[in-house]
Amino acid sequence: MTDQQLQNKIKTEEYFINMGPQHPAAHGVLRLILTIDGEIIKNVEPDLGYIHRSIEKMCERDSYQQIVHLTDRMDYLSSHINNEAVCLAVEKGLEIEVSDRVKVIRTIIDELTRIASHCLWWGVMGMDLGALTSYFYAFRDREMINDIFEETCGARLTMNYNVPGGLMFDIHPNFVKRTKDFIAQFKTKIPEYNRLLTDNVIFHKRTKGVGILTREDAISFGVSGPTARASGFSSDVRKHHPYSAYDRVDFKEILFTEGDTFARYQVRMMELWESISIIEQLIDNIPEGEIKAATKAVIKLPKGEFYQRVETARGELGVYINSAGNKNPYRVKFRSPGFSNLSVLNHISKDVLIGDLVATMASFDFVIPDIDR
Amino acid sequence: MTNEDLQHIITGLGTDLEFTAEGSEFLNVIVPKEQLHNICSQLKSHPELKFDYAFCITGMDWVPALGVIYHLESTELRHQIVVKVMVDDRENPTLDSVHDIWQTADFHELEIFDFFGIKFNNHPKLRRLFLTPEWEGFPLRKDYVDEANMIIK
Repeated sequence: MTDQQLQNKIKTEEYFINMGPQHPAAHGVLRLILTIDGEIIKNVEPDLGYIHRSIEKMCERDSYQQIVHLTDRMDYLSSHINNEAVCLAVEKGLEIEVSDRVKVIRTIIDELTRIASHCLWWGVMGMDLGALTSYFYAFRDREMINDIFEETCGARLTMNYNVPGGLMFDIHPNFVKRTKDFIAQFKTKIPEYNRLLTDNVIFHKRTKGVGILTREDAISFGVSGPTARASGFSSDVRKHHPYSAYDRVDFKEILFTEGDTFARYQVRMMELWESISIIEQLIDNIPEGEIKAATKAVIKLPKGEFYQRVETARGELGVYINSAGNKNPYRVKFRSPGFSNLSVLNHISKDVLIGDLVATMASFDFVIPDIDR
Repeated sequence: MTNEDLQHIITGLGTDLEFTAEGSEFLNVIVPKEQLHNICSQLKSHPELKFDYAFCITGMDWVPALGVIYHLESTELRHQIVVKVMVDDRENPTLDSVHDIWQTADFHELEIFDFFGIKFNNHPKLRRLFLTPEWEGFPLRKDYVDEANMIIK
C-alpha cells in the first residue's frame, strides 16, 4: 500500500479553510473555500466578487470610445488585446476596414503583450513553487517590453493604444529597433529559463502528473488558451478565427496531450518562441498607411448584435455588444477566459494535496480582475 | 456547414423554433423555454451538429422579457450558432439548467442568477457568486436602481 492509499484510508474529520481572499498564491483577491480531510482536498468552492467593478453595467452608460478604456482593467496583463477586442467589435458594427499598417502594429504589440504576460506568469509560477530566482529573471526581461510600450503608448501596463478605427497615434521612431533588440536578447534568455526551472528535477516532481485535465472536460467546461491546449483541445482563436494580421503569419499552435501542470507549463514556454517568430515575420515590413480610419466623434452602432473573439494570453476573450442604435450599447458581455478556466478547478482538484492545488493554480495563470470583471 | 443546412437540421429537432440571421453574424435560434433542455441536448448529441463547446453564455434583459443567449460552437465541425431563450415572468423567472450538457454553464448560470435573478431548475447549487447573500435586487436588470453607487447620465 502506498503512502497515498494509506492516507486515503485513514479518515479524519472534514473541515473547511479559507484560501484567500488574501493569499499569495492567488495573485489577487480570490477566495477559495476548501473542504479538506487532513491535507487532502475534498471540495473547492470559489467565492468571487472581491474586485468586481461591474464593468458590464458601466458599459451600458458609456460611449463606445470610453468602453475601450474599461477593458484594460479586466485582464491587465493582456490590456492591449482586450482593447483590440472591443475595437474590432465596434469596427465590425461600423463596417470599417482598418489599414494594413494598423493590423500589423496591433499584431506585433499583441505578441509583445503575450510575451510580457508569459514572462510574469513564468516568474510567479516559480515563486509559487518556492523558486524565487525565476521571479527576478522574468521581471528583468519583462521590463524591456514595458519600456517599449511606454515609449510608444505612454503607459506601461494599461496602454489604451487602440481606438475604434485604428490606433491613437503612430509608433515611436525607436519602436522597430528596440523591439528587434529585445527579441535578440530574449532569445538568449529562454534557454536560461529552461536551465533554471524547466530542467529542474524538483520542479518536475511538483508538476508532472499533477492536476490532470482531460480534453473532454476542457471542452465541456469551456476552458481555453494554453490551459486547454495542454489537454489537446485546439482552441487557438488566432488559428480558427483569425483577426488583425494573424492570417498572414506562419505559426504553430502548440498542443500537448498530457493535460497536467507540466504540460501547461511547456505550452506557454513554447508559445514564447511562436510569439517571437510572429514578431520577426512582421517587424521588418510594417506597411505604410493611415493610422486611424475616420470615425464620427459620436459613434452609433447600427441595431444588431456584434461578437468578437480574440486570443489573450490566458485564452479566449469574447466581446458581445448588443446595440439598439444609440450612442451607448444596450448590453455588453465580456466572456473572460479566467472565469471559465476557474470553473474547472474544483473538478480537477478532488483528492489532491493543498500544495498541488497551488501548483495547479499557478499553471492556470489566473488574473483575478479578469475573473471578476 | 452553411446556415441554411444548420437551419434545416435544427428545424426537425423541436416545434415552434424561430430562426433569424438579421443583425448578427450567426444563425439565431429562438427556442421556447419548455423545450430548452431537450433542444440543447440534441444540439450536442446530433452527429451532424455536435455543438460541444459553449463559448459564451450571456444573461439578457430585453424588457419586459428576461432571457439567456448561448453561443455554441462545434470543436470538430467548426460551425457556430446562437440559441436564445426568453422568459416573461419578471417576478419569478425560471429556466432549465443546461449544466449537465455543457459543464461551463454551471458558473455562467450562477453569474446570470446573481445579476438577472433568473433561477435555473436542477442547478447543483444556486447561490450568489459575486454579490453577498443578503444583496437585494439584480444589478444588471434595466430597472435596477441604486442611488448611492450608480452614476446615471
